[in-house]
Amino acid sequence: MEPPGFAIAWRRDRPSIAGVLAPGHRSDLRAAAGDVAGVGAGMFLLGTSFGLVVVGSGLAWWWAPVFSAVVYAGSLEFLLVTLAVAGTPLAAVALTTLLVNGRHVFYGLSFPLHRVRGRLGRAYAVFALIDEAYALTTARPAEAFSSGRILWSQALLQVSWVSGGLVGALAGERFSLHVPALAFLFTALFVVLATEATVAGREAAGPLLAVACALVARLVAPGEMLLVAMALFVAVLLVRYRATEVRRA
Amino acid sequence: MPSTGYLVAVVAVAATITLALRAAPFAVLGRLRSSRLVAHLGRHLPAGVMLILVVYLLRDLPVDRPLLVARELVPVAVTVAVHLWRRQALLSMAAGTVTYAIALTLVPG
Repeated sequence: MEPPGFAIAWRRDRPSIAGVLAPGHRSDLRAAAGDVAGVGAGMFLLGTSFGLVVVGSGLAWWWAPVFSAVVYAGSLEFLLVTLAVAGTPLAAVALTTLLVNGRHVFYGLSFPLHRVRGRLGRAYAVFALIDEAYALTTARPAEAFSSGRILWSQALLQVSWVSGGLVGALAGERFSLHVPALAFLFTALFVVLATEATVAGREAAGPLLAVACALVARLVAPGEMLLVAMALFVAVLLVRYRATEVRRA
Repeated sequence: MPSTGYLVAVVAVAATITLALRAAPFAVLGRLRSSRLVAHLGRHLPAGVMLILVVYLLRDLPVDRPLLVARELVPVAVTVAVHLWRRQALLSMAAGTVTYAIALTLVPG
């Protein structure tokens, strides 16, 4: 399955195979820096806009690094700010997290965790298993990666993201930057993710059912739209699954 | 503004569930790999969830005022079009946001 995520932006910046096959004497850190360079720059920029969105929503600047360091899930963080400012019930926050980040369950199936040494190292590798880390480490054979190279890559990605958020939040606070159009950046992010995932899905029925679920939820339960829409969609998928299983049997 | 306690709870809930999702496959790797239900959800959830989120973000469109609706939907259409054309997320988002900035000046509040 093709994971949707920020990773799609930097696919073309991936280092060449030649640089990977002959890592030789290069240190893990330098190899990781080479892997991460293009993606990291993009994450820093998007992180900056996240920081601006945090401050623009009326939250204190330091919530940006807290979200980025603790939750560390790019697209979800944007959404959390919107949900938090609206005072969304924690149950809805939980279900939204479950469904938006549900794709991470599938990353573990091919992420080369067996290359990472040490309990602490493995714990961090799992914690920091974002879209970009998955994309970088599954782009070539697991043998190409040492433990240090994987961990440094993940750490550098997180440093890019957190420092971007910090810079954006501080700039927003210091210069009281108010850019109304910036609110759309967040919508645009999800439009891009939806476009990418829909194209990758190669079918129209699922996406149409999802939009129908969202519209029904908007009409029936405007106050709890997200919760109802997602629960409804999961129910529809389970019914579809049962139907295909019955046909198979 | 939300209280600090509530925000801490939001961060804690989101962080815990995200970590659990990332760790789950390593805990039950074998069973997940062979589950047809997991494969089914893996194939159909991502696009649907993202589309629901897009509709959610556009939920307050004033349907009785077509100009304001266009102000929101034209930038969305531009984002989709640019993305289908170049497949560069940052470029698509920039194009959509610039379109939105222009739309805001053309159709104020």
